[in-house]
Amino acid sequence: MLVKAVILIGGNQKGTRFRPLSLDLPKPLFSVAGFPIIQHHIEACVQIPFLKEIIILGYYGVSEMSQFVGEMVQLYKLNIRYLQEFEPLGTAGGLYHFRDQIRCGNPDFFFVLNGDVCADFPLIEMLEFHKTHRETQKAIVTLMATEATRQQSLIYGCIIENKENNTLEHYVEKPSTFISTLVNCGVYIFSPEVFHQMANVFNKKQMDFYNVENGSSIEREALYLEKEILMPLAGTGKALVYQTVKWWSQLKTPGAAIYANRHYLNLFRERRPERLAKSVQPTIIGDVYIHATANVHPTAVLGPNVSIGAHATIGYGTRIKESIVLAHSRILDHSLVLYSIIGANSEIGCWTRVEGTPCDPNPDKPFAKMENAPLFNDEGRLNPSITILGNNVTIPSEVIVRNSIVLPHKELTRSYNNEIIL
Amino acid sequence: MGGKDVKLGTMKALILVGGYGTRLRPLTLSRPKPLVEFANKPMLMHQIEALLEAGVTQVVLAVSYRAEQMESELRAETDKLGITLTFSHETEPLGTAGPLALAKDILASGEEPFFVLNSDVICDFPFKEMVDFHKAHGKEGTIVVTKVEEPSKYGVVVYSDQGRIEKFVEKPTEFVSNKINAGMYIFNPSIMKRIELRPMSIEKEVFPCMANDAELFAYELQGFWMDVGQPKDFITGTSLYLKSVREKNPSMLYTGPGVVGNSLVDPTAVIGANCRIGPNVTIGPGVVIEDGVCVKRCTILRGATIKSHSWLDSCIVGWKCVVGRWVRLENVTVLGEDVIVKDEIYINGGKVLPHKAISDSVPEPQIIM
Repeated sequence: MLVKAVILIGGNQKGTRFRPLSLDLPKPLFSVAGFPIIQHHIEACVQIPFLKEIIILGYYGVSEMSQFVGEMVQLYKLNIRYLQEFEPLGTAGGLYHFRDQIRCGNPDFFFVLNGDVCADFPLIEMLEFHKTHRETQKAIVTLMATEATRQQSLIYGCIIENKENNTLEHYVEKPSTFISTLVNCGVYIFSPEVFHQMANVFNKKQMDFYNVENGSSIEREALYLEKEILMPLAGTGKALVYQTVKWWSQLKTPGAAIYANRHYLNLFRERRPERLAKSVQPTIIGDVYIHATANVHPTAVLGPNVSIGAHATIGYGTRIKESIVLAHSRILDHSLVLYSIIGANSEIGCWTRVEGTPCDPNPDKPFAKMENAPLFNDEGRLNPSITILGNNVTIPSEVIVRNSIVLPHKELTRSYNNEIIL
Repeated sequence: MGGKDVKLGTMKALILVGGYGTRLRPLTLSRPKPLVEFANKPMLMHQIEALLEAGVTQVVLAVSYRAEQMESELRAETDKLGITLTFSHETEPLGTAGPLALAKDILASGEEPFFVLNSDVICDFPFKEMVDFHKAHGKEGTIVVTKVEEPSKYGVVVYSDQGRIEKFVEKPTEFVSNKINAGMYIFNPSIMKRIELRPMSIEKEVFPCMANDAELFAYELQGFWMDVGQPKDFITGTSLYLKSVREKNPSMLYTGPGVVGNSLVDPTAVIGANCRIGPNVTIGPGVVIEDGVCVKRCTILRGATIKSHSWLDSCIVGWKCVVGRWVRLENVTVLGEDVIVKDEIYINGGKVLPHKAISDSVPEPQIIM
């Protein structure tokens, strides 16, 4: 048996809500719980028996991804490649375009994972499910699904599942009225037969292009997985639904990165406890990741849910909580960092307070997902959220920066509250 | 030499203590305003000590209508200090002039003039100079005036070059003068003819008549002046007072490690390592400041504790408060007595009532009950 995995990561035009963190670094490479976002995907894939290759598909430049890919190959001793789409090809266009690469070696199945979700990926269980049910159903795809609240379901792809045979009855992407609380996680298992499906859709689109005079050539070769592949399969029995109750979330905003940071650190505690910090000095509370090269003063108090990147300096008497501190940053004496992301190579002075507001799921609603509030409220004011410092930001001593977003290379001179600082 | 030869040693003083000091809440919910420590000494004592030093032998405290409890607290405190004071207590509201009539028996018992002070005033008390000035002009009353930057917020005093007061203008709409009534007076006992034992306003009913009769003079105060009856002014007043200490008596100021500018620290206070104290900080008896604390422009009252790595700017921390670690207090935050602020809290312009525990940040100014 041979299995492959494809991780879809998009490009610079996508993921703009992750700015300013994505201004200098591809979003998939942003570190959460000490590791790039898609490294968590890769680690989940590596657990799958018979997994022979991971292909990362996107339209970032090859040079932006090559160092990361090289490191992953070294680390996991597996074939891992990055293939760049020549133009944005939609959520399925890249799969179709690179179908020969994916089919090469005759894999029995291939996973497709969306790069901007984060989860405790149940890939082995999902593969078992697909293998068993597929026999009876001749299905060509299994979608991973999870419960959301009624209201939140409207922002996802909604699924109606036939509970008797686990097939996909109906699928609507971001409906305007309530369809179902079961939503699409953006994780799939495909059988290579799906490429026939894709070919049909693709060829029809090309015919349409030629038949229409002055047809637009924009997105001529783009294919959309949800609308053009999955929706037509609903009700045919060829698509299966695998429901998971494990943790899953989208990772579209920096606020989501803090939320994911907490969950991935928590997963480390179960599966990879050696990655978490255990020392007495500095004082560690809860789950904390400290890179081996980081320099943390023994009087610092870190955690819960803190990640400290490579070569970061954490000073005397500092307090960091629910935050991500990226590589080479310096947090000087007595300062407090709470619900914030500190960009690479930034500096925070002494006695300074950097604090944000979490956007956690409503604890009163089961299956509630993270709040995905818009950036501004109805009065045009910034909605309280995680404070983000882009890279190379300098914050002076004794100020407070609260619920604010600071773009890279900025040097602040005073306190800020609820502002975007260009 | 003309005029009466006044022996300073027989002069009397009336301090208008007033009522419950609502502007200085939440501090005055726990103690009467005259007993709140300004620069580590009860406000009243600043005035009384200056009066005693100027030879005044008898001080009357005029306590407002319905302030019985305050009178008994004041009495208890001043007894402890070993000073004989007389209390004059209204049984009905008497305004700003009526209290003088109530205390007539003491104030006007002899022929020498007497002082009247507003209890919220802090300055370099010029009592001897006031007497000399008053003696020299020989008229019925002297009002101390002081220069302020925003006179339109107050009542403005207009007077001739010799100091004879011509008129008063309340909250002028155009610039008239930048001198205002500083809340300190000397009067001859004959002023009692102008005051009845009923609610009377000295500014509205007595002074204008005296000015018309050319019986009222203005003495220009030198040096700093502040009405410290509300927290913002209490903090500014402390800075001015400490600057004056630097000039007159610099050895009193704190010189420990981490000091910046002028600060006053009680000898029984304990200050940790790597702190920054000042400028313009007063730290009371038994206060504990742990390591890595930065305090600027604050008053920390008796028995309070500030835990490690906190940062305080322009605040008043009440008696026995406990401020946690990594706390940030700023913008005229006032903690009443025995308030507990948990670790990592941020309070911006909060007024916290006594005995409250704060476990959530207060990012915008508000009152916490």
